Amino acid sequence: MTDSILKIEDLCKDRGQTRVLHDVSLTVSPGERVALLGHNGAGKSTLIKAVLGLIPIEGGHISVAGHKPGSGAARAATAFLPEALSFHPALTGREQLALFASLSGEKADVPALLDRVGLGDALDRRIGTYSKGMRQRLGLAQVLLGRPQVALLDEPTSGLDPISRQDLYAIIDELAAGGCAVLIASHALTEVEARTDRIAIMSKGHLVANDTLEGLSAQAGLKTRLRIRASQDADAIAAQIGGARINGASVELMCAPNEKMTELRRIAAMGDAVADVDITPPRLEDLYRHYAQEELK
Amino acid sequence: MTRFLAIARAEMRILQRNLWLLMATIIMVLFALALTFAGSAPTGSLGVDMLTVSVASMTTLSVYLAPLLALMISFDAVAGETDRGSLGLLLSYPAGRGEILLGKFVAHLAALAFAMLIGFGSAGAVAAWFGGAGAESLMALGRLIVTSIILGGVFLTLGYLVSSLANSATAAAGMSAGLWLIFVVLYDLGLLGAVVVDESGVFTRQVFPWLMVANPADAFRLWNIGASDSVALTSGMAGAASALPVWAAPLSLLVWPFLGFGAARFAFRRVEP
Repeated sequence: MTDSILKIEDLCKDRGQTRVLHDVSLTVSPGERVALLGHNGAGKSTLIKAVLGLIPIEGGHISVAGHKPGSGAARAATAFLPEALSFHPALTGREQLALFASLSGEKADVPALLDRVGLGDALDRRIGTYSKGMRQRLGLAQVLLGRPQVALLDEPTSGLDPISRQDLYAIIDELAAGGCAVLIASHALTEVEARTDRIAIMSKGHLVANDTLEGLSAQAGLKTRLRIRASQDADAIAAQIGGARINGASVELMCAPNEKMTELRRIAAMGDAVADVDITPPRLEDLYRHYAQEELK
Repeated sequence: MTRFLAIARAEMRILQRNLWLLMATIIMVLFALALTFAGSAPTGSLGVDMLTVSVASMTTLSVYLAPLLALMISFDAVAGETDRGSLGLLLSYPAGRGEILLGKFVAHLAALAFAMLIGFGSAGAVAAWFGGAGAESLMALGRLIVTSIILGGVFLTLGYLVSSLANSATAAAGMSAGLWLIFVVLYDLGLLGAVVVDESGVFTRQVFPWLMVANPADAFRLWNIGASDSVALTSGMAGAASALPVWAAPLSLLVWPFLGFGAARFAFRRVEP
């Protein structure tokens, strides 16, 4: 990817004697949405801070829109939504956003921006009276300031209700459609599964996976789960097709994606003995567990 | 609008809303008025007007109060943002760390200046009204107000320094209290002890005045006392002031804010949000 706007190459970072990032390389192209997954302490936030130039790095190279992280040009090109978001409680939403606009040197339509994130009514209320979700929305409004080229979102959906989460991803899609490279660090696997283009998984400071969901599935070779509900005798079905009894009436069978149809034909051939079949392909949660634990072994 | 002014404007709003500005002004007015009335007794015996006595008393007050108010406002400046978690976001904007610090300094200094002006000004007006004021005593009042603001500025920067060095706002508060105690109380006690032990030797005559003027709080005192004979008369500190060249105290007090700001800027550079 030569047109990457965010380039991280062989990034190393130490905290005291411990190395917390090991040769992490990751790129994000304009308009691409990349999910950055990992346990607590896997190094996601540290990676983001390094990209922002907030912490010194011990090795490797980072380029943000062609600039050094932390330089004025890099900061002007970057939008950031921190994990533990907080503002001074004495300022109003309008004042806080106007401050950020002045700092970024943008002439921003502050009321329109706040309206965009659903804070139009709370414009002149102090942030101290905002709920956590409203503060998160205010944080999102400042991300939209000044058409960023790179957006770094650290746990953007934490504390948001389901509707707000959907709004948030709609805004992220909008950003990406405008050519912004979006990196989303998250724990919410099911959300990012559907709303991102690529998935990077970190474990103990290493980048252990970096591909599309399909690519990751193929590499991991995870099996599809077939759950067969018996109409009468589950033991008989288990004996016949070789699955495992999981409760009184059901049998579970794992098969590779390319064997799925063969298995289904065998099950269908059993006629009335089978009451129902559920098919569950591997989800991001399974993939995540696979990649994150592979590294631990 | 330049970036530091945007920060200064937001900080000023915060000082108004959290009532710091109001409280600081009330404290200054109450203390200054109390000292003016309580200190008006020796007017007749010394042959000076009431405002002169009032300025001498208020100088003593300001040595304690200006650093205290300044540290109270500034200890939170960096550590508080780190604690709240708002520093990382602020630093992700194109404003440099120096600009952030400068913006806060401008707002905090303006707030201190307001409190000093109203506090000392109202006490001065009362003293002039009841006991009369000459051109010299009005000058002394003006000097007191200006130097108090500079002294406050010194301790604002020292507050930013400990705020950048501390791990939390609580630690910064404790360090500020220690800083106040050292500069305003312990330093003088130490010097006094050394003078007593020295028994008017070389130290007392040559070294002591310079060590004294190196401390911004003492430089403030010496400047106010050295510049006005009648204030010196009423405060009984003429001895130390006369041992130094006239420029020593003003130079010390004017250099300190730059030293403090430089040190705070350096410490702030190393803060990781």
